Amino acid sequence: MIETIGYNLLQVLFVLAFAPLYAGVLARLKEMVQSKRGPSVVQPYRDIWKLFHKDQIVSDQTTWIFRVTPYLVFVMPIFVTILIPVLTDYPLVFAFMGDMLAGGFFLGLAGFFAALAAVDTGNPYGPMGASRTRMVGFLAEPVFMIVFFTVSFVSQSTIPYIVQQKWVANAAAFFSPAHVLLLIAFLMLILAEGGRIPVDNPSGHFELAMIDESKGLEFSGRGAALMKWGGEMKFLVLTCIFLNVLVAPWGLAHGHALANVLTAIPQILFKIFLFSLVLIVIETSLAKLRLFRISEFLGAAFIISVAAMVTSIFPGG
Amino acid sequence: MSTSIPEALNTLSAGLILISAFAMVATRQVQGVLRFFVAQSVLLAGSSFLLAYSRASVHLWALGAITIVAKVLAIPWVLRRLLPAEFYERREISQAVNIPTSLLLALMLTIVAEVLMGPIVAVTHDPVIRVNLPIGLAGILIGAYSLVARREAIPQLIGILAMENGAFFAGVAIAPELPLIAELAVAVDVVLIAVVVGLLTRNIRETVGTTEAAALDELKEEATA
Repeated sequence: MIETIGYNLLQVLFVLAFAPLYAGVLARLKEMVQSKRGPSVVQPYRDIWKLFHKDQIVSDQTTWIFRVTPYLVFVMPIFVTILIPVLTDYPLVFAFMGDMLAGGFFLGLAGFFAALAAVDTGNPYGPMGASRTRMVGFLAEPVFMIVFFTVSFVSQSTIPYIVQQKWVANAAAFFSPAHVLLLIAFLMLILAEGGRIPVDNPSGHFELAMIDESKGLEFSGRGAALMKWGGEMKFLVLTCIFLNVLVAPWGLAHGHALANVLTAIPQILFKIFLFSLVLIVIETSLAKLRLFRISEFLGAAFIISVAAMVTSIFPGG
Repeated sequence: MSTSIPEALNTLSAGLILISAFAMVATRQVQGVLRFFVAQSVLLAGSSFLLAYSRASVHLWALGAITIVAKVLAIPWVLRRLLPAEFYERREISQAVNIPTSLLLALMLTIVAEVLMGPIVAVTHDPVIRVNLPIGLAGILIGAYSLVARREAIPQLIGILAMENGAFFAGVAIAPELPLIAELAVAVDVVLIAVVVGLLTRNIRETVGTTEAAALDELKEEATA
């Protein structure tokens, strides 16, 4: 009991510690593909450190929403972390506190407050970005729902740990058309939710084209650091759900000893590194979509997820 | 029922074949449609090789080889030879139905295929048949749909060929001992169709200046001045 609480905290520490590294590695790899040197992989840590040591400026025109938002954006991915398998393949103590829908709810709540805070400032770019994020958000919502429905239908549970065991159970389930379709739908969803390239450009700083970035424009000092760190953690958490629950539930600690859990960390990091290579291939081979093409992109994700559901319901799936 | 590795990989390619069928419906560029068709044919060949291995069937080895030669190599080569590159780079093929609606219709066709095949595959426990039949039928229906909805000649042709891919994918599961002569005949047929449609498109393009099938329903008089 005590040790599983410890492992749960270890998972949170893992996500806290490696989320900026993941963002740094992605940025560096992308620059390397474009034959540039790029910033060091530890640059996100330096940014966060620098922002924490700067003064925070809050406009006196804003309300409590603006002040609360950075903390919510920072805390919500941590809540999701304690619900999902990050390092171990057996349920930890908080695993049964909430299912995948709860995870979606936490991330949705953070996104909702981030959008409200952007409108709160009265900065012209903030509400524009916020409304665009909401547009992407509500287009992504049905895909989320169908993916969760299919996953819970196949594994008879919505708890991520049980879902994950379903896919490793036998090769037939792992390679089934439903699983493959589901993976592709969820990958498209991660690209949209994480603000990656076919939907949004994470390294673009042109205000009129921003989607995700513009919500954080008004934050400074500690608030900006928390927003940035929270955004990086959200992407790492989504990646963990994708890799550990849906794609490749290998490399997770099976034994209950501390050594097992610690040796799982490099394996998980290696898996995330491989996934970031895939992401770089996607990002460098595609162009950013026009705003009104995003609905087509997510529409395609929706179609694929429903096809996954259909093939899983009928015999043979 | 436990599944062997080749059969599990066959179900993997079933999922990817369905995805490539959707992708063919969603792609605007002629080139993209052709590429997804080639990808689908590679998957089909891979699937028949896997089943040939697991069922020790010479016919399926031959079928896979024929698919590679005819659909992965010959047809793209013929089509690329017959029409200039700028034809393939063109985007925005004018379609009778826009792409999101097309995708929804493709999804409906997939559901129809699953519903129709559900009771039929329920009588067998063979995992290959249970996977291949519904997805093969979905492939046929989606190919037939893009034949109707596309207005350019080459994507229409690829619609026919995708129907054929769907039929083969269902066929390898239920008739592993299909006579080789039938497979050969079909393979030659398919390449011939590609040559004929390609040549026709090329001539039409030279005289009329467009390859849009929809623009060809009006008679055009020869300028006699």
